[in-house]
Amino acid sequence: MRVSGERKLAGFKQGRNGPSNGMKLHEYQAKQVFADAGVPTPDSQLASDVDGVVTAAEEIGYPVAVKAQVQVGGRGKAGGIKLADDEDEAREAAESILGMDLKGYHVDRVLVEEAVDFTDELYVGITMDRGEGKPVAMVSTKGGVNIEEVAEEDPDAIAREHIDPAFGMHPYQARKAVYDAGVDQSVARDVSSVLTTLYQLWDDKDGADAEINPLMVTSDDDVIAADAVMNIDEDALFRQPELAEMEEEAAGGDELEQKADEYGFDYVRLEGNTGIIGNGAGLVMTTLDLVDYYGGEPANFLDVGGGAKADRIANALDMVFSDDNVESVVFNIFGGITRGDEVAKGINEALEQFDEIPKPVVVRLAGTNWEEGMEILNEDLVTVEQTLEDAVQRAVEYAEEVSE
Amino acid sequence: MSVLVDDDTRVVVQGITGGEGKFHTEQMMEYGTNVVAGAVPGKGGQEVSGVPVYDTVHEAVEEENADTSVIFVPPAFAGDAIFESLDSGLDLAVAITEGIPTQDMARVNKRLTETDTRLIGPNCPGLITPGEAKLGILPGNIFSEGNVGLVSRSGTLTYQVVDNLTNRGIGQTTAIGIGGDPIIGTNFVDALELFENDPDTDAIVMCGEIGGEDEEEAAAFIDEHVDTPVAGFIAGRTAPPGKRMGHAGAIVSGSGTGTAESKISALNDAGVPVGDTPEEVADHIEEFLA
Repeated sequence: MRVSGERKLAGFKQGRNGPSNGMKLHEYQAKQVFADAGVPTPDSQLASDVDGVVTAAEEIGYPVAVKAQVQVGGRGKAGGIKLADDEDEAREAAESILGMDLKGYHVDRVLVEEAVDFTDELYVGITMDRGEGKPVAMVSTKGGVNIEEVAEEDPDAIAREHIDPAFGMHPYQARKAVYDAGVDQSVARDVSSVLTTLYQLWDDKDGADAEINPLMVTSDDDVIAADAVMNIDEDALFRQPELAEMEEEAAGGDELEQKADEYGFDYVRLEGNTGIIGNGAGLVMTTLDLVDYYGGEPANFLDVGGGAKADRIANALDMVFSDDNVESVVFNIFGGITRGDEVAKGINEALEQFDEIPKPVVVRLAGTNWEEGMEILNEDLVTVEQTLEDAVQRAVEYAEEVSE
Repeated sequence: MSVLVDDDTRVVVQGITGGEGKFHTEQMMEYGTNVVAGAVPGKGGQEVSGVPVYDTVHEAVEEENADTSVIFVPPAFAGDAIFESLDSGLDLAVAITEGIPTQDMARVNKRLTETDTRLIGPNCPGLITPGEAKLGILPGNIFSEGNVGLVSRSGTLTYQVVDNLTNRGIGQTTAIGIGGDPIIGTNFVDALELFENDPDTDAIVMCGEIGGEDEEEAAAFIDEHVDTPVAGFIAGRTAPPGKRMGHAGAIVSGSGTGTAESKISALNDAGVPVGDTPEEVADHIEEFLA
């Protein structure tokens, strides 16, 4: 028998760097959702101050794990998870974790959780296999480690069962996945039952991923979910009102990325100094790639989406100007449903409020109403280029000049 | 000649009474598309821009012989609208709607294996046969008639590449935007097969992006089955792993699948040159046609 904490902490969440293709619940939220559906989970309480941690630990009983509730992988390695055997250790753990900066995220809450004795660590998960266009159930006896590494190094260690979404998971499929994975017969029934519940949750709650890693097996042959991952399809939040409320709590991260959420932009912050604004994901990605190709470094991905009006365009410029790393901006719009005249109006609006333009802006307009846009655009405020390639090169030059 | 759509196509627009539906119906008709009906539950008997509206797609098929639908229905109802078009015996359904829940699309995907209707999209700009008809929201004026087939996961990137071609006097047979979602109907392989079998398509442009393995599968298909020369472009070379770049489908996973490098090398191995810039893609096509 191993005791959690000897080799690693109970519920140590290995960095899952997988697709962040949805709204991520915090561990404590996902555990609540799983527990409500009947999945066995360790005793736990959420706490936001040191005394709260100690009180929770005493109610639960030592040893406990104190776990930072932030949306990043590799919490344990970064010092965001600590084991405590008594009050002093609980206090110490709480003091070091609460308020810490974990990979850019401020920790203001921890989960205090019963540390579980375990003999084995399993993995169970449901996700969408986009290649097949079907959900897939996965089971492995190699739980407790980054499952994507297992998938790469030892793919046969993960049993997979594709599910017909019209029928749902047949009971035999849950059993088959569990037996194919080589799970011991003494717990096979319980693991099948957890997998079945997990699929039902995934289906009912519009899950993108639902995972338990590790699903611990105790010396009494019980199973217990030491960690919980539940990512929800953002496009389905309209019909998941309870989960949509949780999103507020789960929100966090980079200040600029939060601002982008407010404005409703698809925005990703990068590390370079050439700011990029465009319409349509593929074209914006291409603009980033060209900045790189011409020797510059993209500062961000910002897609204003289709049919953006003037105020949205002005907001986009405000976003990119707020990034201190940005030294120049390239504005690349190919109008389909987006109209060049609206874009030009927005650029004028955003720039005319400045006595001095904070960072040089290069504009390239093409497609719907681009001629009208060019007539409206105040060319004293921006540099105009006719082609995508020229616009990117010019913006990269500006950024370099400033950096020199 | 062309693939999938021409001036004989008889179109029913699902969601024709909404703002987008009405505007783009007018744009499509202006371009020459034969829009014969609209379908909106509860709006049967009305007319939109002279087009009769029916309550169901089945009625539009019975009364107006519609054979193709274009779907402008909001995301919460779009999965259902696609089912309706698949169950109405149409040849083709084009779903423009962005933001359909993935689980709805998984059910649609299952249904597609049981019907003869082809789906384009969702989350796509549609398709166009220059000079004949367009289905969707593409700006008709940048396209020109010619002999290059184009298939792309992205709307505005399609416009960019088409612009590069048209500026050199290179026209298109048909351009198809297959959409940026993780689960779509027609994929690269399907579109490549259509162009390969079209006698008027002399070269093909394929614009992919990071995420998934469709481009790799397309490369394998090209290697085996496509004699028409293909030039490629892959967007997202600079995308960091784990960050979704706008499209729901455009994400490089932590384990490194779906990267631009993997797609570019698969295409190169299949003899497909991949441009570093859209302009270079046009260079390759010009060489093919010379």
